[in-house]
Amino acid sequence: MSERKFRQVGTRPIRHDGLDKVTGRAQFGADYSLPGMLWGKVLRSPHAHARIRSIDVSKALALDGVHAVITGADFPAAAAGSEAGGEGGATDFHDLGANVMARGKALYHGHPVAAVAATSSRIAEEACKRIAVDWQVLPPVLSLDAALAKDAPILHDDMRTTGDEPLPKGPTNVASRREMGRGDLAAGFAAADVVIEREFRTPMVHQGYIEPHAVLARTGEDGRSVVFCCTQGPFMVRAYCAKVLGVGTDTIKVVPTEIGGGFGGKTTVYLEPLAILLSRKAGRPVKMVMTREEVFRATGPTSGTHVRVKMGAKRDGTLTAAEAVLVYEAGAFKGSPVNAGMMTVFAPYKLANVRIEGWDVVVNKPKVAAYRAPGAPMAALATETVMDELARALGMDPIDFRLVNAAHEGVQATYGPKYRAIGFVESLQAAKAHPHYRAPLGPNQGRGVAAGFWFNAGLSSSANVALNEDGSATVVTGCPDIGGSRASMALMAAEELGIPVEQVRPVVADTESIGYSDLTGGSRVTFATGMAVIEAARDVVNQLRARAAKTWDVELDAVAWQDGRAVATNGAEGKHEPLTLKQLAGRASATGGPITGRASLTARGAGPGFATHICDVEIDRETGAVKVLRYTAVQDAGRAVHPSYVEGQMQGGAVQGIGWALNEEYVFDAKGALENPGFLDYRIPVASDLPMIDTVIVEVPNPMHPYGVRGVGETPIVPPLAAVTNAVQRAAGVAVRELPISPPKLLALLDAAS
Amino acid sequence: MEQARYEAPSSLGRAIELLGQPGARVLAGGTDLLVQMRSGRAVPRVFVDVKRIPELARLELGRDELWLGAAVPAAAIVESAEVARLWPGLVEATDLIGSTQIQGRASVGGNLCNASPAADTTPALCAVGALCVMAGPNGERVVPVERFPTGPGATVLGPGELLVGFRIPRPPARASDAYLRFIPRTEMDIAVVGAGVAVALDASGRCTSARVALGAVAPTVVVVTEAAAALVGSRGEAAALAAAAEAASRAARPISDKRGTAEYRRRVAGVLARRAATAAFERARAHGATA
Amino acid sequence: MKLHVSTTVNGEPAEFLCSAEQSLLDVLREELHLTGTKEGCATGDCGACSVVLDGRLVCACLVLAPEAAGRTVETIEGVAKGAELHPLQQKFLEHAALQCGVCTPGFIVAAKALLERNPDPSEEEARYWLAGNLCRCTGYDKIIRAVLDTAAELRGVTR
Repeated sequence: MSERKFRQVGTRPIRHDGLDKVTGRAQFGADYSLPGMLWGKVLRSPHAHARIRSIDVSKALALDGVHAVITGADFPAAAAGSEAGGEGGATDFHDLGANVMARGKALYHGHPVAAVAATSSRIAEEACKRIAVDWQVLPPVLSLDAALAKDAPILHDDMRTTGDEPLPKGPTNVASRREMGRGDLAAGFAAADVVIEREFRTPMVHQGYIEPHAVLARTGEDGRSVVFCCTQGPFMVRAYCAKVLGVGTDTIKVVPTEIGGGFGGKTTVYLEPLAILLSRKAGRPVKMVMTREEVFRATGPTSGTHVRVKMGAKRDGTLTAAEAVLVYEAGAFKGSPVNAGMMTVFAPYKLANVRIEGWDVVVNKPKVAAYRAPGAPMAALATETVMDELARALGMDPIDFRLVNAAHEGVQATYGPKYRAIGFVESLQAAKAHPHYRAPLGPNQGRGVAAGFWFNAGLSSSANVALNEDGSATVVTGCPDIGGSRASMALMAAEELGIPVEQVRPVVADTESIGYSDLTGGSRVTFATGMAVIEAARDVVNQLRARAAKTWDVELDAVAWQDGRAVATNGAEGKHEPLTLKQLAGRASATGGPITGRASLTARGAGPGFATHICDVEIDRETGAVKVLRYTAVQDAGRAVHPSYVEGQMQGGAVQGIGWALNEEYVFDAKGALENPGFLDYRIPVASDLPMIDTVIVEVPNPMHPYGVRGVGETPIVPPLAAVTNAVQRAAGVAVRELPISPPKLLALLDAAS
Repeated sequence: MEQARYEAPSSLGRAIELLGQPGARVLAGGTDLLVQMRSGRAVPRVFVDVKRIPELARLELGRDELWLGAAVPAAAIVESAEVARLWPGLVEATDLIGSTQIQGRASVGGNLCNASPAADTTPALCAVGALCVMAGPNGERVVPVERFPTGPGATVLGPGELLVGFRIPRPPARASDAYLRFIPRTEMDIAVVGAGVAVALDASGRCTSARVALGAVAPTVVVVTEAAAALVGSRGEAAALAAAAEAASRAARPISDKRGTAEYRRRVAGVLARRAATAAFERARAHGATA
Repeated sequence: MKLHVSTTVNGEPAEFLCSAEQSLLDVLREELHLTGTKEGCATGDCGACSVVLDGRLVCACLVLAPEAAGRTVETIEGVAKGAELHPLQQKFLEHAALQCGVCTPGFIVAAKALLERNPDPSEEEARYWLAGNLCRCTGYDKIIRAVLDTAAELRGVTR
């Protein structure tokens, strides 16, 4: 990849949607209203596992102000089939439909059983209370161990384990068992001088986005619906609602609102099909907004896990073999991110002998959804802890030990493909050279290092770049902006067109105004949607060159595009005055018509992102409290289009990981009801818990992207779990095998050690 | 569905009248009441907003005592340099109630009336010997603050009675207090354990009186007389502090819940009592130097 | 029967109808159509609904709507003066102190209240004052930098 000199990419303009966001004008999911609007509320199962014998909605319907009531019976017979998603996951529409509204069985506390649309949310809530459900309560399965036990209650009578033999036979809670590997594991371990095997447990945790799910749906007399919702994927909402409701995708238009956080938790549907159905039945627009409690109880947290990792190394630091068994909770329906966990668990390292096994297990908890690098943080916790222990056993510096084994270009990844240019070594080296790594530590303080990897996705995106008569450009894409991506789209278009970024208007459009685009997620927007924007902008540039060629009456190849101007070249140098974009745009109608560039592509060659994090903690030996003193995140971004937003991803992901390590966990009671469905007792980090998060962006360009871009959004959450626990280990001298390492747990470990 | 009513009386008498009505609830800061309404735990039929009643809204330092109206928001207490100088521990405790936004509304009076075992100000109020002034249909009565909560969510208030405010005696010279709370994060959590300590010293620095109170380790605040006794006669040496800590741990009768185990709370009660006592001694000595 | 409430919002007289149990947050958003103040939790734990009531920073979700009668309410919509952004708003943009932006109105209202009370906060003071404002996107780093930078600018020093 040639060293291109960028004029705009790499700068830090103010984001185009920023003004609306700092003044409160930006409209998020719950900020929309329509005349005649009704409010929708959901009746949710009070049982974690129960059969629905019957539902009587008559008293609800009789309540003044109620306009519609729906239950599972209002949905078409379960949609069939499934669709592969990105990153090793897939959506089963039968399960999705049942998750959105229970069919015959409630599988978690909070599972929707019915929904009501009424003239006020208070009336809708009251109506829900009047719906009578005849339950047959069943014993709930609330942990992996319980799900796997002999004679465990079975969630799905028809579930049979799929995957790689040996497979359990008969009714089971194991949705799948997969295995992958290569080489000779036994020989590998035999060749090792040190072998360490450890087991880890992590709890179910939630993405914790501050904006609850919200939707406003209106269905016309012709059966066509318009849906305003905060989502990571308007086309996904359209497709999923169509499947669940048994209607054509052409009957649903989805308008993505601004979105107040997603992190993967808004890559599926919960309220949207309900609002559409209610609006159809009531003949009026229906607005539904989740309460915070509903968000925690009944959306998609990520899996609690049980992971065992065994690694062997020689005295000189070379890893010889690695083995992992990952058992992940899927929640009420199959589909945990265990596959991604399997693929990422050893991905940063060179390993000839490796065996990885993964189990996808259902339990009576909400169905898990993607959470930023889904499946990877839990796996990395295990690997990076064992790596740290191996380093100590070998008397090696933890970064040096990783450098000996770090994957690089040409290495065959443990999950299959050969790495092209990657920046893991560079991130390790930058971490080692950082002043943080050399800073002295005081009593009860410790420093932890950990690495992380995420594949990043490509998938499909569309982009239009329209030139306006005044020489400004409108860039239209279909990927919601959850972290500042609009600014990056504008920068890339501005770079190609050669105009200032302030003259580019980036727009996130609805499903009728732009071609198909896969959702915002998988760290793919700057990479793949950006690729489409670049291609569309180049399409515009080619059209501009053609207009100049026509104006000058020369061949197309006699026109070059330089810094926003058409310049005569290739034999025609100096014969014509350059034409600026503004000039050409101003006379577009006269030279052939309006100029619009477009691209629709499936992006290949997403570059993996590697990171190395350093964390210093101080522990209070008398209370078990852990304080994060200093944190540095180093990551390979390939090419940072807007460095401030790359830094923001690194900082935000690191802090989510810190919360996961220290305090976050779902606490269920014996009956399967969540005891902490609120921000009071589901403890995400607050401002006073943290120091500044220093960031170092390393750039090893991705050879498969025109600018070298790699996705950056997910990798940052992968290292911090082990960075924190390795730091605690070194500060306290105790091994952390279970998250969160909350004060009572650390105190108990300290007690046991003394 | 019947609509609730909102009333904002400007006299104590009118408030007492309104509180006699069915489903009437006092509304001060609302930071507990509205949360309970959302969860369905409370269903007020009449909101009696007491913030316009002069006695409840007043914060006034008199010659012998501080009058702290029951509806004064925490932020007003925290901002008062005078109160912070004389009762730093009480102000510490008040400053720990929730966030800045919560403190803009939440009142110490409301905190006490909510009677959560984990209320931050209760141990601090006990330590400084606060008295609760209540008024109701049968007139006024006064009880020491440690007798006010009778169980989780329950107080000595009878039907139609409300808490008017606190009378907190001025501390003597060379006296001070401290309050510490243990929470898993640095802010925003309900106390897992709270410890309030007040000590008074003589001219030679020897402790002549002490109060130690613990929160979140029993259904109501625990006044640990043995811990106080361990401090009296000492100069805050390690042995005395350790004895006070041990007495505090012994006196704790905590439960295990999602915020902490009983074992853990007992342990940390001792640690916090010791640390709060250390701070109280240091402040009392400094007071003596400047008083 | 709905209650009729007269109040002052962002310096202008405003009135609305409400029931006694509605929160100030509900009426700001649904009756007055000021949707800049957000609901993140409705229990006072996240600060997304921060407003200033009679000069005090509070969570609007924990104020009853009728309490606004005769009081002054300041929301995010009143922070900018016409076309002129408050320095905090400008600094948030420059420092990229927002990603999804849903917590931003609450942070700006809360930080403005901080700087009006304490023009020279330390990093720790700023973090503790803002502990009641949750952000899940940024890790707080750029937010704190923006607040401290604004404080310095308002004091006329360069950082």
